[in-house]
Amino acid sequence: MSSSFRSEEMCLAQLLFQTESAHNCISELGHLGLVQFKDLNPGVTAFQRRFVKEVKKCEKMERILRYLEKEMVKSSIVIAPTKEKEIVPCPRDVLELESTFEKLEQDLREINRNHVALRQNLSELMDIDSLLRMAEDFFEEAESLMSCSEPPSEDSMCMTVSSRITSRRNSSSSIIGPPYLGFIAGVIKQERFPAFEKVLWRLFHGNFVLRHAEIQATEELQTDRGLAKKDVFIIFVQGDHVREKVRKVCDGFHASLYSCPKTLHERKEMSNNIMTRMEDLRLILRRTEEYRAGVLMKAADHVHEWSSKVKKMKAIYYTLNLCNIDITQKLIVAEIWCSVSDLTLVHNALIKGSEQSGSSVTPVLNRIQTQQTPPTFNRTNSFTEGFQAIIDTYGVGTYQEINPAPYTTVTFPFLFAVMFGDCGHGLVMTLFAVWIVTQAERRYIILLMGMFSVYTGLIYNDCFSKSFNVFGSSWRVQPTFHPHGPWHNDTLHDCEHLQLDPVIPGVYSGVPYVFGIDPVWNIASNKLSFLNSFKMKMSVILGVSHMLFGVTLSLFNYAYFRNFQDVLIEFIPRMIFLLSLFGYLVLLILYKWCITVPSDVAPSILLLFINMMLFDYQSQHHLLYEGQKAVQICLVVTAVLMVPVMLMVKSFLVYRTYMKSRQPVFGNSLNDQHGADTRSSFSQHQSNETVSMSDIFVYQAIHTIEFCLGCISNTASYLRLWALSLAHAELSEVLWRMVLQVGLSFSSGMGSLMLALIFAAFAVLTVTVLLVMEGLSAFLHALRLHWVEFQNKFYEGSGYKFTPLSFDSLLKTQQ
Amino acid sequence: MVYHSVALPMICFTTLWGLVGVVAPFLVPKGPNRGVIITCLVLTAVCCYLFWLIAILAQVNPLFGPQLKNETIWYLRYFWE
Repeated sequence: MSSSFRSEEMCLAQLLFQTESAHNCISELGHLGLVQFKDLNPGVTAFQRRFVKEVKKCEKMERILRYLEKEMVKSSIVIAPTKEKEIVPCPRDVLELESTFEKLEQDLREINRNHVALRQNLSELMDIDSLLRMAEDFFEEAESLMSCSEPPSEDSMCMTVSSRITSRRNSSSSIIGPPYLGFIAGVIKQERFPAFEKVLWRLFHGNFVLRHAEIQATEELQTDRGLAKKDVFIIFVQGDHVREKVRKVCDGFHASLYSCPKTLHERKEMSNNIMTRMEDLRLILRRTEEYRAGVLMKAADHVHEWSSKVKKMKAIYYTLNLCNIDITQKLIVAEIWCSVSDLTLVHNALIKGSEQSGSSVTPVLNRIQTQQTPPTFNRTNSFTEGFQAIIDTYGVGTYQEINPAPYTTVTFPFLFAVMFGDCGHGLVMTLFAVWIVTQAERRYIILLMGMFSVYTGLIYNDCFSKSFNVFGSSWRVQPTFHPHGPWHNDTLHDCEHLQLDPVIPGVYSGVPYVFGIDPVWNIASNKLSFLNSFKMKMSVILGVSHMLFGVTLSLFNYAYFRNFQDVLIEFIPRMIFLLSLFGYLVLLILYKWCITVPSDVAPSILLLFINMMLFDYQSQHHLLYEGQKAVQICLVVTAVLMVPVMLMVKSFLVYRTYMKSRQPVFGNSLNDQHGADTRSSFSQHQSNETVSMSDIFVYQAIHTIEFCLGCISNTASYLRLWALSLAHAELSEVLWRMVLQVGLSFSSGMGSLMLALIFAAFAVLTVTVLLVMEGLSAFLHALRLHWVEFQNKFYEGSGYKFTPLSFDSLLKTQQ
Repeated sequence: MVYHSVALPMICFTTLWGLVGVVAPFLVPKGPNRGVIITCLVLTAVCCYLFWLIAILAQVNPLFGPQLKNETIWYLRYFWE
C-alpha cells in the first residue's frame, strides 16, 4: 500500500533449477514480469557466452521473418494479428522453426529469381516485337522511295540529317541498279540515341541511313523498366566489313541487336512466333505470381505467432547467458532481484514451469543477503505511470528514498494550470484529453491539466479573455456621483478615464467577489496593476509552500533511514532558515492583505523585505505594525546564525567520530556505532580508506551555499507562474480584440461571411498559439519547477531502474 | 446576490474543501491504490483551497480601485445593480 510512496523493498534471491526445465521456468518468469536477472558472468564478452550460437540462430530467424514481412507488404498481403497465446517455446521448437524458416526463405528467393528472369525475357520479346513492326514500316517506306525516287515526305518518322543522303543514294541507285543494303536492327535507350547517331556519322562520314522510332510504352513495359524509354533503330550500310564496326559501336552504347529477317514472309513468321512465345510467358508469369501469393498468404497466418515465439526464445537464451551452469551440466544457478512481496508469486511460477517440463525436481529459491544496492522498483498503475515517467526522466530515485510521483500527480497539473489559467482554453483541452483517453488509455496527465486549468481559469475569471459576472461585482459606480461623491455628469464629459476610489463609502461594498477575481477588473484600464500585484504575491506564496513541502519530505527520508542526527543538524536549520526569511515574507503578504491601510502610506512588501535584509530602518519608511523592527532583526539574525550551523556542525561531528574510530580496533567499533541498516553518509567510513576532512568540508559547504542561495533564487524562480499566466492572458486578449471583435463589428450584409472567415482564423490561432504553444511552454516550466526547485530540497535520484524480464513489454515495444 | 459579510463564503468554501480533503479520504475503499487516491484528494483540496483563499484575500481590502472609461461608467451607472 505504501509502495508508491517509496520504492519497493527488494531482495536478492538465488534460483536453482534443472537444465531441462530451464526454458519453461524462465518463460514462466518472463510472463510474470516481476524478476530482474543479475549478470553472473560480467567478465565474459558477448561472443564467449554459452548460448551465443542459439542467440545467433534466433537472430537469423528474425532476419528471415523480417524478409518475409517485407515481401508480404510488397504484395500487399495483410498480416493478420493473432491473439497472444501462452506459447511456451522449447528447444525442440527452435530446430523445427529454423528448418521451416529456411525452407520458406529459399522458396521465396527462388520464386523471386524466376520471376525476375521471366520478366526480362518478356521485355526482350516485346522489344523484338516492336522492332519487327517498325522494321516493316521502314522497309515499306524504303521500297516506296526506291521505286518513286521522290524525296521523302515530311510526315515520315523522325528524319535526320541523313535525309539528304537518302536522296543522294537514290540518285546513285538509279545508276547502279537495285542496291543491296545490309542493315542492322536493334533497340537502344532513347537518351543515348543522339550521341549514338553522332558517332555513326563520324564513322561513316554520312555514308549510311539511320532510322529510328520510339517504342510506344505499354503499361506492362513501364512497370518493368521504370521510365526508361527505348528507341528502335535500323542502320542501312553498304558492305559487310563495316558490320563489325557498327556492332562494336552498338556494344559501346549498350544497344541490344536483334537479327531481323530480310523478307516480308520471314518477318511475318517471326512475328507470329514471338506473339505465341509472349502469350506463353505471360501465362507462366501469372502462375508464378499466384504461387508466390499462395505461399505468402499461408505464411501470413503464422507470422505473428512465429515472431513472438522467436522473440521470447531469444530473450530466454539471453537470460540463460546471464546464469551459471554448474559442473555437472544438470543445474542452472541464477540470481535475481525481485520485490519481497512478490517472492511467493515467483516461487509458484517456478514450480509451474518445472511441472510443465515434466521434471521431478522442484526448483529452489533462496534469499541471500547482500550489500549491493538493489534496483529501484516503483509499482505503477496506468494512472501514475505517466507521472512516474516524468520523475524518472530526471533521475531514477535512490533505493527506497521518497518517491515524488504520487505528489506530482496533483502538483504538476496544478502548477501548469496556474500558468495556463483560462477556463475556455482549459475546457477545450479537457475535451481533447477525454477523446484521447478513450482512444489510447494512458494520457491522464493532459486530462488532469485540463481540469485544473478550468478551475484556475474560473478563479482568474478568464474565459477566452472575458469574465463572468455570476455573483455581482463588489464595485459600484453610483456612490461616486453627486450627492455622495465628487463626480457630476460634466465630469464624465471632461475626462476620458476616471478611477474609482475605495475610500468613498459605497464604492467598494466591503465584501469581495465570492469566487475569484472581480469582473470589474476585466473592463478596467488599470487591470494589469491590480493583477500583477495579485499574481506576483500568489506566485511567492505558492512557491514557498511548494518548497516547504519539499523540505518536509526530506524529513520523512531522514526518519525512514533512521538518520536522526541529520534531522537535527540538517533539517531543522534548513526549516528555520526557510521559515524565518520566506515564511515571514508570506506572513507579511497575508497581513497586508488582511488589514486596512490608507493607500498613501502603505509600504511596499518588496521594499520592506529588502530593508529588512539590509537592516535599514530609517523613519521615512513606514512599518506595517508595531514592533516590526524588533521582530525582523530577530528573524534575520536567526537565519544568518543557521548558516554556520549547517556549514560546520556536520563536518565537525563527522571528524569527531572519525577520530574516535581510529583508536580502537578498526572494524568492530565501526559496526557497533552504526548498525547495518544505516544508510547514512557515515557509511563511507566503513571502508578502509582514509577520509580527507577537506572533502567533507567542501561537500558540506557546497550543499549549504546551494540551499541558502537556492532559497532566494528558487523563490524568485516561482515568479514564472506570474509571468506565464500574464503572457497567456495578454495573448488571449490580443486575439479577441484584434481578431474576433473586428469580425463582430461588421454591420454590412457581408458581415456574416466575414465573421465566419474571421472566426475560422480566430479558432486556428487559438489552437496553435494559445493551446499548443502556450500549453507546451507551461508544461515545460511546470516540469522545470518540479525538477529543480522542488526536488533539490530532498531528492537524490541516483538509483538504477528495475528492468524485469517481461514478455509483455518486450512484445509491446518491438511492434 | 450580495453577501453581507466575508464570513459566509469563507465558511462555505472551507467546508467544501474540508470535506474533500479530510472526510473523503476515510470513504475511499480499501485497495492497492488507496494511498495514492488519498494523497491526490488531500493535495487537490489543499491546492485548490489555497488558490481560492489567495484570490479572495487579495481583494478584501483594496488599496486602489479600477480605472474605467467614461462610457463604461455611464453604462455601469444605469445597468449594474
